[in-house]
Amino acid sequence: MRTCLVVDDSRVIRKVARRILEEVGFDIGEAADGAEALAWCRGAMPQAILLEWNLPVMNGLDFLRQLRREPAGDKPVVVFCTVRNSPGEIEQALEAGADEYVMKPFDGDILKAKFAEAGL
Amino acid sequence: MRPEEIALVSGLCRAGAGMRIAEQAYLIDSRLEAVARGAGFAGISDLLAAIRAGGDQALVWRLVEAMTASETSFFRDKAVFTALEADVLPRLARARAGGPVRVWSAACSTGQEIYSLAMLAERARLGGGDTHLVLAASDLSASALARAKSGLYSQFEVQRGLPIRLLVRHFEKVGDMWRISPDIRRQVLWRRINLVADLGAVGSFDVILCRNVISGMEPAFQKKVLEALARVLPADGVLALGAGESADAAGGALQPVAGQSGLFRPDPAARAAAA
Repeated sequence: MRTCLVVDDSRVIRKVARRILEEVGFDIGEAADGAEALAWCRGAMPQAILLEWNLPVMNGLDFLRQLRREPAGDKPVVVFCTVRNSPGEIEQALEAGADEYVMKPFDGDILKAKFAEAGL
Repeated sequence: MRPEEIALVSGLCRAGAGMRIAEQAYLIDSRLEAVARGAGFAGISDLLAAIRAGGDQALVWRLVEAMTASETSFFRDKAVFTALEADVLPRLARARAGGPVRVWSAACSTGQEIYSLAMLAERARLGGGDTHLVLAASDLSASALARAKSGLYSQFEVQRGLPIRLLVRHFEKVGDMWRISPDIRRQVLWRRINLVADLGAVGSFDVILCRNVISGMEPAFQKKVLEALARVLPADGVLALGAGESADAAGGALQPVAGQSGLFRPDPAARAAAA
């Protein structure tokens, strides 16, 4: 079974994303901030990560930069899913190692298509 | 809606564009309500009464456009674009020996299909290929063409099928919308073409995309349009239809390309017989 870690401080968003991604065959883990997500990844690296940028404690971009320096941290496919939607921010996310990028609000079709685009 | 109103709408679509429309009243309602209000009528019944009484052609056409409009997305049915990029376009570029390969999006709706091809072509050029494309796009709807030319898409639209790196590379953000770059926009020649009426003098094209249109047409029009498209193609040209659409109505003038679903080529035997 493939695992996707959903990182968002909104419980509602985590629930929505979980429902959509379970439909395409993912086991879902959840984290509410970047530090929690990092601890999760150090325990068991997931195949995919859905990541909000705006997070308490450690934001999504800082998490991603740290993740890519971890052992096997280059492995997960990382899809941002965030309210941030300026071209400059998207480029920053790609430079930090994001594979795809979803701008909120999203729906099931967009999320599934973006995961497919990222090779998942 | 009353049955005679539904019959009127469906008759206008058949006569104007050869299209069969879904005759569920709620679909007609949802599509024509805006047309009626936009033209200053209180509701659909008033709009249809005016059409029946006076036959204002501009009103008729707005109705047909609204009823036959279809949603599209960037890189819709990705397998077709993969086949074009990896196989069809390089093969035709070699055959044309540096001359242009002419591509026509024959029912371009709001433009995502032809812009997807323009972005592929740019990627091929950057990769050192010598594919030079001439890109043309047409639709029967003036309002769809106007949107296509503007190159403006909502945040939802740019997230349907468009890889994020192509968004960042080719679009700028304009308020809540995204606009495709002038470099890409000016590569496309736009024309208003009604496939059932205007296929006499479209010129010649090496690749035609006509997806998710034929299957919505009356069978007699399917045959007429497919045969006309087959005549526009050179012997080594390719027609792309929508996923699941067939060229059977052309009676053998178009044959499926083996191993590439959705792609068809003109049949040399049928061509010789017609000549």
